[in-house]
Amino acid sequence: MTAVQAGAQTAPASASQTHAHVTCPFCGLRCDDLEIARAGQTLKVTRNGCDKAKAGFERPLTQPMPRVGGKEVSLPEAIAAAAALIGNARLPAFGGLATDVDGMRAIMSIADKSRGVVDHAFSEAQGRNIKVLQTSGYIMTTLTEARNRADLFIIASDVHTFHPRFFERIVCNEKSMFSEAPPKRTIVFLGEGYDTSAAVGTRIGDVIQINCAKQRIGEIVSALRTLHKGVPLPAGDIAGVPRSQIEDLLARCHKADYGVVVWVPPDLDFPNADLTVHQICEFVKDLNVKQRFAGLSLGGNEGASTAVSVCTWQSGYPLRVSFATGQPKYDANLFAIPKLIASGQTDCLVWLSTFTADLSPPATDIPTVVIGSHDLKLAKEPAVYIPVGTPGIDHKGQLVRCDSVVSLPLRDLERAAGLPRTVDVLAALEAAL
Amino acid sequence: MLIKFTGGKVYDPANGVDGEIRDIHVRDGRIVTPSAGETVHQEYNLAGKVVMAGGIDPHSHIGGGKVTIARMMLPEDHQGHEVQRGDLTRSGCGHAVPSTLTAGYRYAEMGYTAAFEPAMLPANARQAHMEMADTPMIDKGAFVMLGSDDYFLRLLTRGAHKDEIKDYIAWSMHAAQALAVKVVNPGGISAFKFNQRALDLDEKHVFYGVTPRDIILTLGRSLQELGVPHPIHIHGCNLGVPGNKDTTLATIRASEGTPIHLTHIQFHSYGTEGDMKFSSGAAEIAELINQYTNVSIDIGQILFGQTCTASGDSMRQYGNTKSAHPKKWVVMDIECDAGCGVVPMKYRDKSFVNALQWAIGLEMFLLVNDPWRVFLTTDHPNGAPFTTYPHLIRLLMDKTFRNEMLRRIHPGAQAATILGSLTREYSLYEIAIMTRAGPARSLGLRDRGHLGPGANADITVYDDNPDREAMFTTPLFVFKNGELIVRNGRIVKVVTGATHVVRPEYDRKRAEKPLKDYFDSYHTVQMENFRLHDDEIITAGCGHAPGTCGCLVVHPTGART
Ligand code: SF4
Ligand SMILES: [Zn+2]
Ligand SMILES: [Zn+2]
Repeated sequence: MTAVQAGAQTAPASASQTHAHVTCPFCGLRCDDLEIARAGQTLKVTRNGCDKAKAGFERPLTQPMPRVGGKEVSLPEAIAAAAALIGNARLPAFGGLATDVDGMRAIMSIADKSRGVVDHAFSEAQGRNIKVLQTSGYIMTTLTEARNRADLFIIASDVHTFHPRFFERIVCNEKSMFSEAPPKRTIVFLGEGYDTSAAVGTRIGDVIQINCAKQRIGEIVSALRTLHKGVPLPAGDIAGVPRSQIEDLLARCHKADYGVVVWVPPDLDFPNADLTVHQICEFVKDLNVKQRFAGLSLGGNEGASTAVSVCTWQSGYPLRVSFATGQPKYDANLFAIPKLIASGQTDCLVWLSTFTADLSPPATDIPTVVIGSHDLKLAKEPAVYIPVGTPGIDHKGQLVRCDSVVSLPLRDLERAAGLPRTVDVLAALEAAL
Repeated sequence: MLIKFTGGKVYDPANGVDGEIRDIHVRDGRIVTPSAGETVHQEYNLAGKVVMAGGIDPHSHIGGGKVTIARMMLPEDHQGHEVQRGDLTRSGCGHAVPSTLTAGYRYAEMGYTAAFEPAMLPANARQAHMEMADTPMIDKGAFVMLGSDDYFLRLLTRGAHKDEIKDYIAWSMHAAQALAVKVVNPGGISAFKFNQRALDLDEKHVFYGVTPRDIILTLGRSLQELGVPHPIHIHGCNLGVPGNKDTTLATIRASEGTPIHLTHIQFHSYGTEGDMKFSSGAAEIAELINQYTNVSIDIGQILFGQTCTASGDSMRQYGNTKSAHPKKWVVMDIECDAGCGVVPMKYRDKSFVNALQWAIGLEMFLLVNDPWRVFLTTDHPNGAPFTTYPHLIRLLMDKTFRNEMLRRIHPGAQAATILGSLTREYSLYEIAIMTRAGPARSLGLRDRGHLGPGANADITVYDDNPDREAMFTTPLFVFKNGELIVRNGRIVKVVTGATHVVRPEYDRKRAEKPLKDYFDSYHTVQMENFRLHDDEIITAGCGHAPGTCGCLVVHPTGART
């Protein structure tokens, strides 16, 4: 383990530098074609980043000291204070979990030792897919596969807002593996209020808008399933959509060589949205009896897909997991940190948020240890605050992409911020328990 | 420090030692011949004990996306199999698809010191290595999957020069940090994406126009020329399909002398005879294997109970979804590179088909003569979890026990198998070949799987218990690199195993020029990031500096010994 130091910022080794093939940690798409120029400690995205990436990389570096009870302290003092809080807690809760693979490994280790609970800030959203996985399963595809193979995209979430380069990279790409002159693609927006502005370019053929509230997507997909099976449906609109439009969509699905239904779990943010995901996945299965079709779930922002993957391979269970008994116990509902806080079951919150400034800990009166990015917004001064480096800016790392298949390496952009790695802070913390 | 293991009954087939009473000396993690008069610092008196090298599992799905999908899908399989955190060990869980930590502990507790992940997709290699890094105690490594990836198929389609193909294979091995190359349903995973539902050995892929035969031979010959020790590891066409024995026989004949390894051959040895149109092809296949000395196999034995199948073979796994138990499954198309299918499965001794599958695997074990060419696997977790190995060993070593088990299975299956007439019982020497020396030789692990001077001191000591299941379940001692890690089947020290790779020579510049264009044009990952760097697989596991600790072992290429 590297020695843990803070406030030891030295000047960067060189005054300026350009990094190529940089992976962006700011959404689940994990674009890795960015070029980033550094001048002193200032970063600038010079190629391929979206606005979200620019906002993430280019924010000015502040260099806070660790704090205990609002008072600046040394890193070892902050770690000792955090260890005391965690060590004395009845049920420490490890939340946020916006970190890289090594950070998540360290959280798993400390949660196991301190008999705590682990829960990512976006577990609820991710859980919509996991529920479907655990009840019926699915047929899925990944980004490169969709980019080259799909001729029909059914977009069932506001993809562009969550993943600003999805269309550019996966839908509007001019080159394709399987044809010198790849055919135009049909884009169907299923839902309302999406940013559809990116569905433009030479690859885009028909763009069809099917207007319905997101809560009613499931109804429409279920109607597609019914019609596909040849079961008659009562006459009339379905979820406010004219019947003819649904029949047209089904015909287009049947004609597709490789259709892909895309959704973003956090955007399907309404009660029982897992049933919508379920309908989509079952429709895809129905179609696959005769033809090829696949689902493509996005999301995975703030390290969500990394957290759930590491938790699953290390503990056996996806989030949310409690180690209170010394063994992993899985309950996607009971171990939700907001619930544990509300019911008074947890008496110490450890909040890990190392990518953006915005994934702040929930407002709570229980003692909170924040291990966070240098500029993390805090509504309230936590018991302990330990600023750490951002994986992919301040140190190397690895992150799992939204499709949970591909992982990308993260680079150290060498701005020498003097911010410690989360994994080193947590290792020291665990040793002090 | 010199450690002496005194007076054990040693089974070390690589050095021709068959149950002789021998002393073994270990210094600095290696087996040595001590100099005359050298002081012994520590001694283990092993009189009456059985001594073997640490077990090596050459085919076990322990790391990578599909295993984690299986873990995530099956909380019901873990419940009741939780493992308490110990003084030394982390908590975990699992039965069919254990957590990485638990898998590492279980292997070591069973006397195994290495296991190899056979289906690492290039696109998922980084995660496969992360999971292996989180599998403590044992050495590991992985076989990179090629043969349904667009780049390879287009090379084949345009009749690329063999050097170009070899460059690409070598590049893929380096990029994915692989020990060997596997092909799964050759071309079939890709064909499924084009809506082909089957692809037999000489059937053409609708888009690329190449056949599985072309793919297998190209990969097999290229690996031989590159000097990769392990031959092409083949998961053949038509997995699980009644009648697939003919494809398997044809695949063996197609090898034309090129070394090939046919994996989980049990799943590829089915005939179509009888009322149920399902019969054993084991005898026919074993006879051919006995003639073709260029062929090695592992069995992929099934054992009864709940498990989960996890395979790169999306085409055949989709076909198997109708047998899913419980009724849920995942199939994925991946990155124009590969695919996967995860289908939970419960094998029942009262099901005719399952019972006969069980018998077919055992027939194959007993009918192939040369134990150097048969490796003991359940294709974990596809046929059964690896924790069933001691039971499987007893089935092979104890005819009375085997026949007792045979009498419990579906009567139709009893009538359809010749198993009851097979009297062969494996000896300890043969078990040591199948579970140590054979896999090590086949994978090119020159300093593993044996107990001669220079070997890594991975040593397992057993009580010579006539109940071989009990014997192999709970070893007395397990040593990893000369350190005692397990005593009486319980972990006494947690260690981090090494990752094993092979790096054939090739012209990297020549390989990367077209690859760079290709990645830039079509992929969603940059070529530079597709490659796994050494520090990614080393620091993750142990925190040692590269080159200082032996946690990354690069095995030499060259002619097979
Ligand atoms: S789309 Fe996502 S990963 Fe790509 S540059 Fe923007 S924020 Fe980063
Ligand atoms: Zn396998
Ligand atoms: Zn090391």
